[in-house]
Amino acid sequence: MPALRLDAAALPPELDELRRDVRAFLAAETAAGRIVPHADNWLAGWDPAFSRRLGERGWIGMTFPPEYGGSGAGSLARFVVTEELLAAGAPVAAHWIADRQSGPSLLKYGTEEQRRAYLPGIARGETSFAIGMSEPDSGSDLASVRTRAERAGGGWTVNGTKVWTSGAHVADAMIALVRTGPPGPSRHEGLTQLIVDLGAPGLEIRPIRLLTGEHHFNEVVLTGVFVPDDRVLGTVGDGWRQVTSELSFERSGPERILSTFPLLAAVAGRLAERGGAGGGDRGRIGAVVARLWALRRMSLAVAARLAAGEAPATEAAAVKDLGTRFEGALVETVRLLARVEPDLASSDPLANLLAQSVLHGPGFTLRGGTNEILRGVVAKSMLPSGEAR
Amino acid sequence: MNDVLDALVATVDGVCARHAGPGEDWNPRLWDELERVGVTLLPVPEERGGAGADFVATAEVLRALGRNAAAVPLAETALLAGWLLAEAGADVPSGPLTAALAGPHVALRQDGGAWTLAGTLPRVPWARHADGIAVLVAGHVAFVPRGGYDVDEGANLAGEPRDTVHLRDAAPARVLASAATAQAFRERGALGRTALMAGAMEAATDLSLRYAGERVQFGRPLARFQAVQQHLAEMAGETLMATVAAQAAAAEGTGFAIAAAKAAASEAAGTVCRLAHQVHGAIGFTDEHGLRHATTRLWAWRDECGNEAEWADALGARAVEAGTEGLWPLITAGGDL
Repeated sequence: MPALRLDAAALPPELDELRRDVRAFLAAETAAGRIVPHADNWLAGWDPAFSRRLGERGWIGMTFPPEYGGSGAGSLARFVVTEELLAAGAPVAAHWIADRQSGPSLLKYGTEEQRRAYLPGIARGETSFAIGMSEPDSGSDLASVRTRAERAGGGWTVNGTKVWTSGAHVADAMIALVRTGPPGPSRHEGLTQLIVDLGAPGLEIRPIRLLTGEHHFNEVVLTGVFVPDDRVLGTVGDGWRQVTSELSFERSGPERILSTFPLLAAVAGRLAERGGAGGGDRGRIGAVVARLWALRRMSLAVAARLAAGEAPATEAAAVKDLGTRFEGALVETVRLLARVEPDLASSDPLANLLAQSVLHGPGFTLRGGTNEILRGVVAKSMLPSGEAR
Repeated sequence: MNDVLDALVATVDGVCARHAGPGEDWNPRLWDELERVGVTLLPVPEERGGAGADFVATAEVLRALGRNAAAVPLAETALLAGWLLAEAGADVPSGPLTAALAGPHVALRQDGGAWTLAGTLPRVPWARHADGIAVLVAGHVAFVPRGGYDVDEGANLAGEPRDTVHLRDAAPARVLASAATAQAFRERGALGRTALMAGAMEAATDLSLRYAGERVQFGRPLARFQAVQQHLAEMAGETLMATVAAQAAAAEGTGFAIAAAKAAASEAAGTVCRLAHQVHGAIGFTDEHGLRHATTRLWAWRDECGNEAEWADALGARAVEAGTEGLWPLITAGGDL
């Protein structure tokens, strides 16, 4: 039976030096007050100046070859940098999507001109991207997208609405999945990815505020937006395959485990200040540390397969399921250890982090495919074809 | 895993399939075959009679034995008794061995030139079937051959022998000065159980997948029910995590990594057992169904060699000591516990 398979992997020792450099940089940024650790900062921490400082050090676009402005250091080096940034609670949202997803897609499917147009800016931390997949009537069921692109002279006219588009109000471009032809029996035909300039005429971006009032999500309404032919990403009609190939990268990274890590670090410090933890508390924080250690090794095992050119999509989905539930479980444990009331406005950073983590919690197991859908994907992949349908 | 290790694991799986006896409390035919394959002293140095392999290979073999519910004391022989004897400079004999950490009620005495060992060792794995027990006691390893001790037979939840051993001024065959620590003994035990648990979780998940594909209710296989699919995916995820944790702990070999892996795997074992039985319905809860060979072992092994609370307590102490700035470096670098 085709069960899931991963083998534990170790990071090459030469990356230790990179990790030390990143840690030293982050310690200096924190000491200077340029990083205030924040939960879920790959969504919430939009700081273009910070992204540019990372770009100057070669820590964005590490998977891009040098001719496109990247360091070419590779995906395992990127793994080290990203997990260090997340653990420190650094504000990485401005470059996150472009570095993780849009850039690699451009590299894989983009034309030479597209790569040269976007990748160097991404690597400098100057060019931001948004993901235009979800729609009002299309959440987990991505194949049901209704935004349409129709042939117009030298390009396409796009009409439709995208939602939950993180950072669209501040990003430069959005890679949108749109319908360019009939869905066919599989519903996977006739989909195309377009690179939409977020300053284009006919485009309206409206905030969808989180329950905290924060503005990260948007509704992006496209009314007769013109996208030239040279901004088709990859092949017309091949959007489904292109999008699903991104998923292994999107699903299993450290950001599916570490969104609330700064809260755990803060409570460890608080317990230390109180003169250590009692038996029960020690066991509680230790149990979280144990699972975090194991999940990190799991994420790393997927990263190693990705680095080897494989696409372990199912294993990645399993990591995302376990990892994102862990992000929430961590909060529930820390809440009992912290013995402070969550408060976004408190002068106590632990109360802030707890409040941010609780209030951002619902998103962890929704974004990038709900956990229920992911588990369905995992189960169906393991069962003989037909049995699970 | 590399190809050599893959081939070794395939051999062990094959041997287990040919000599299966999961209902027995001791499978001597399987043991003989495993000795022939050369895996019973895998991590023991070659000059002491072993194969000189690393923890990674040993853990993979144990995972295969866990998958097959193999009734043999390979973890005790390879990771504990063989280690204690070799570390003290002795050659390791063939045959099944077991090992114990002496508690406060065990005394090693030297009278003239003769050593005696007295006291009681609780829950010693496979003591009644082992050729001898290596006891780590007061800076020494005392090897007591079978016949040198009395046994009150006991068992864990899976029926594996966990005997009370009475040493009544036993005369050990050998007593050697040892630099082995009690902590290292506990960590090796925990590493062995973690690898075995990962294998048993694979077995429970595989059986559940198969059953869900075959069992028809309301006119369709269980696997078509989304609620059942959710259970299967969760089991597979927990199993995958435990497997990677066992492999990673074996590769790192540090106290921190082993503690984390044992704690994470022990917790996962409970989840996997619960879901496996839920998927199987009443038949999985019976003596006649093979699921119990995996789940009763998991229920036993999660509490042996330190359960998740015990190892989490040690990890928690390190985490608090590390504090806000030190916690992340602790998780990435591990180290001693």
